[in-house]
Amino acid sequence: MAGPRRGPGGPGRNDTRKPENTKATIVRLLAYLEGNLTKLILSFIFVIIKTLAALAASYMLRPLINNYIIEGAGLDKLTGFMGGLAVLGGVYLLNIAATYTEQKLMIHVSQGTLEIIRNDLFTKLQKLPVRYFDSNQTGDLMSRFTNDVDNIGMMLDNSLVNLASNALTLVGTFCMMVYTNIWLTLITIVLIPIFVKLASLLAKASQKYYRSQQAALGALNGYVEESVNGQKVVKVFNHEQICIDEFNELNTDLAEKQIKAHFYGGIMGPVMGNLGQMSYALVALVGGILCALGRFDVGGLTIFVNYSRQFSMPVSMLANQVTTIMSALAGAERVFNMMDQEPEQLDHEGAVPMENIRGRVVLEDVSFGYNPDVPVLKHINVQVEPGQKVAFVGSTGAGKTTVTNLLNRFYDINEGTITIDGVNIKDYNGTELRQHIAMVLQDTHLFVGTVKDNIRFGRLDATDEEIVQAAKTASAHSFIMRLDKGYDTVLEEDGGNLSQGQRQLLNIARAAISKAPILVLDEATSSVDTRTERHIEHGMDRLMKNRTTFVIAHRLSTVRNADQIMVLEHGEIIERGTHEELLEMKGRYYELYTGKAELD
Amino acid sequence: MKRWFKYIKPYLAYFIVGPLLMIVEVLGEVFMPKFFANIINGGVSNQDVGYIVSMGILMIATSLLMVVGGVGGAYFGAKASINFGKDIRRDAYRKVQEFSFSNIDKFSTGSLVTRLTNDITQLQNFVDMCLRMMLRAPGMLIGALIMALQLNARLALVLCIAIPIMVAVMVFVVFRGFPRFKIMQEKIDALNTNVQENITNVRVIKSFVRDDYEKEKFFESNANLKKSGLYAMNLMILIMPTMSLVMNFSSLAVLWFGGKMVMVGTMKLGDLTAFVTYITQILSSLMMVSMIFLSASRAAASSKRLGEVLDEKVDISDVYAEQKDKQVQEGRIEFRNVSFRYYKNSEEKVLDNINVTIEPGSIVGIIGSTGCGKTTLVSMIPRLYDVDEGEVLVDGVNVKDYSLFNLREAVGMVLQKNVLFSGSVKKNMLWGDPNATDEEITAACKNAQADDFVRAHKDGYERELGQGGVNVSGGQKQRLCIARALLKHPKILILDDSTSAVDTATEARIRESFHKELKDTTKIIIAQRISSVKDANTIIVMDEGKITGMGTHEELLASNEEYQEIYYSQMDRKEAQ
Repeated sequence: MAGPRRGPGGPGRNDTRKPENTKATIVRLLAYLEGNLTKLILSFIFVIIKTLAALAASYMLRPLINNYIIEGAGLDKLTGFMGGLAVLGGVYLLNIAATYTEQKLMIHVSQGTLEIIRNDLFTKLQKLPVRYFDSNQTGDLMSRFTNDVDNIGMMLDNSLVNLASNALTLVGTFCMMVYTNIWLTLITIVLIPIFVKLASLLAKASQKYYRSQQAALGALNGYVEESVNGQKVVKVFNHEQICIDEFNELNTDLAEKQIKAHFYGGIMGPVMGNLGQMSYALVALVGGILCALGRFDVGGLTIFVNYSRQFSMPVSMLANQVTTIMSALAGAERVFNMMDQEPEQLDHEGAVPMENIRGRVVLEDVSFGYNPDVPVLKHINVQVEPGQKVAFVGSTGAGKTTVTNLLNRFYDINEGTITIDGVNIKDYNGTELRQHIAMVLQDTHLFVGTVKDNIRFGRLDATDEEIVQAAKTASAHSFIMRLDKGYDTVLEEDGGNLSQGQRQLLNIARAAISKAPILVLDEATSSVDTRTERHIEHGMDRLMKNRTTFVIAHRLSTVRNADQIMVLEHGEIIERGTHEELLEMKGRYYELYTGKAELD
Repeated sequence: MKRWFKYIKPYLAYFIVGPLLMIVEVLGEVFMPKFFANIINGGVSNQDVGYIVSMGILMIATSLLMVVGGVGGAYFGAKASINFGKDIRRDAYRKVQEFSFSNIDKFSTGSLVTRLTNDITQLQNFVDMCLRMMLRAPGMLIGALIMALQLNARLALVLCIAIPIMVAVMVFVVFRGFPRFKIMQEKIDALNTNVQENITNVRVIKSFVRDDYEKEKFFESNANLKKSGLYAMNLMILIMPTMSLVMNFSSLAVLWFGGKMVMVGTMKLGDLTAFVTYITQILSSLMMVSMIFLSASRAAASSKRLGEVLDEKVDISDVYAEQKDKQVQEGRIEFRNVSFRYYKNSEEKVLDNINVTIEPGSIVGIIGSTGCGKTTLVSMIPRLYDVDEGEVLVDGVNVKDYSLFNLREAVGMVLQKNVLFSGSVKKNMLWGDPNATDEEITAACKNAQADDFVRAHKDGYERELGQGGVNVSGGQKQRLCIARALLKHPKILILDDSTSAVDTATEARIRESFHKELKDTTKIIIAQRISSVKDANTIIVMDEGKITGMGTHEELLASNEEYQEIYYSQMDRKEAQ
């Protein structure tokens, strides 16, 4: 069944995953970028321009200072100075223009690529078999659309192009430094291993504490989620103080771990930055002496000082970008993993067209297990004539719902055959098959949208009159009319503003509007009280008229007018017959009906 | 904003020391260019190596101090912001514990959870950032400004043009950018909802073969997201280039005017290079300020949402209770002219002038269609809601005069939407009575007909239940919930449709044990099945907030039309018997 929903910031979120098959993932990601190849290449070119311009601008200060800005030299070189500044201004403009163009190109690349990835992922999602949804948690599937795709986006937005820019800056700056002064470069380089060592130490520590902080946060959020969900029970049991105490314990634990994580995460910046200041100081000291001794020029010293101060910046940014790219690749891998899942094979060549289906359904020696080793249904034989109503009763886990899962091929049977009008359902096109079976399911799921749209979901070309008619059949009309805007009332997420019973009635209306000749009602009225159920019986009869109907019900009163009743136990039909016949047998059905046995 | 000060107060020292240490760092950053200027001005041109060395050592010492300042600032900053968050989290959680049912109804559980988790984290992150930036940005701004003015006041005139442009750009981006990001967030939420419902509704979509229809919807909302993303990003990518433009051209202006001054000898070269650095510092500190504003607007939303929780007026309290020490002894219940509505302005009353007396030790059944007010009626007894008109008395005392603890301690209530908590069966049972012995737990489970299936599992009472008790069936869950309520040894026991998933035979056994074991307890049973209430001393029939009939099964069957209708909707069962 569908797993529990994870709220925002739910427990167990961890973004420090590492990709497993990096190469293949990169190749596939690149394939997604292919449509934007021109833009991508262009933006790389602009990045190179931007970086070179920045490097050039930083160097140009040297000749300006050495040749023109000389103390007390008089104004005789003013024209040259102005020319120099004009060139510098031009280089600045070039840098700015390149930066803007590159970013403009990249946001189109990234937003466009993300759109395609999301669309592909969603298209795939629609093709996945029900089994996949049953065996994966909703939150986990959701996070492919949110976290994982976001991570790819972050990479495209910033890291990919800036990685090139920073690498280039690093190399370029280094070359400039060597070119400007080899001795000062050596001083700066000596400090680099210290930088790197310290950075990796800090990163390791902060990662460790970050992980324990995430675990503690997950535990706390999980506790809040559970206790707030059960808040009314907490109150009824006077349990508030105990909850507060337990919460405070988790809260204190979280705070302790958070302080460590924040501290180690927070000192990375200042430590690295101030080490940059230290190399600045060293360069100023040594460079100053060199200048004083006439072995170096003031313009050169000025730019070198700037270089040494900034040298640690591309290093730490590179580290950041590599992390982003890693988590993007991990995300991409999870996205691709979902895309690679085996899709449902529903339609095939040479399928028998479904025309004028009368609705004769036969299950012959059907056996099935979700896991082949654990059979859920064993050798089931059922024969339903067109327009008949067949009911399945039995305990939870007896296999009632499974029967309906097989009819419309949510799952394929292991053994035996299911035929509709004499043709094996596997020989029909799956999509066509499903269009011929209308289902009202146990879990009442509605969509965000108007009441009208939710009913129309059953048949997209239904007119407004038909919708009202269907709602009347399901006895939903009167409560719909009492809603704020009647049929145009917008339902919140999963119909949150309706009662369970009302949602069930809407589900019935949705099935009622479909013209499918076969109808499956799986606990369709379990949340409607018996009196209301009596009231809607008339409508239900109309709904089932001329349709082959499968009814699954917990409440036995719902099934008593069925043409055939099957009592399922441990995957086998142990009794069958009409209500009267079964009562006469004085068997299991009789026990259940008279309340002598547990139905649970 | 004022309210948060109370959370700052206990950690005021951290809140002051942290930023102060950051200031050390900022001062260093401001003084370093000046020292360097001194090296060039005083050392290089005079070829005074001794002066250069002493300045250089001063710079190295400064950089070491800066490391200390930065690390210390991070330490105290982390302590300050996290303790701040911790205390808010504690108070918000405590506040939610005080909430009455109507308070809980007002916020949906999902939104309460987000407020207690995400919103507090947002606020905490904001404080964390403030501590780092709040003094740093203005500190650097002021420091660099003073240095620049001191170096050359005339040259500083450049800033008179640069700063207003910078501020204008920032204001523009913050004000224009914020709504665009809001739109983008809405589109993200819409897309997520779309995906979520496609995953949970997969069976519906597949059974109606609506994948193309859903795809169309998704593609549209995806295209909308892309559009809004581009809309927001197009503005954001303006920031960097415009900022660079202002900065670079300010530097050019300084170089031009300053360079001329150096040439004629009215300014020293070292001062000019320092000045350029200060210009950059001033303008980038302005950028930091704009970042604070951007995240402040996000934190403001969280702060508002949290404030709503903390300010929520808890409408049920026992502050004015007159008999706080009184305990419920007998369990006699009396409703006098009780009326109630959930929303004060709604027209229809959920309970309309109810008058009932329930004797101690009796069994009372309540029956009626969904929405008729059954649950609401019994909720008045343990004061889960307060009446609008009239009064509810327990043992002759108005429920409002008991302390909430004593009142609720005496009432065992099994809610319709009941939950078990993650943990063992035993741990769940201890909710009823923290001091219960194993024998007492077993006894309660036997009475609730839960003992058998608990023992049937290999872990027995140590069996771990998943969150919400997901790994037991509906009927088993209901029986465990009844056992948990029984362990409270309540004077009044209320079962709100709590045996709907239990078969009638087991239910009958549960009722039988009530007769035997809970003679002195007043028992109120809300049910849908006639068989659940048939043998009650009194059955109350309700419809649309009113009591339409009261009596024994036979009496009602003879006289009450509604009861008859309910009865006949279920009566085939009787025929079979």
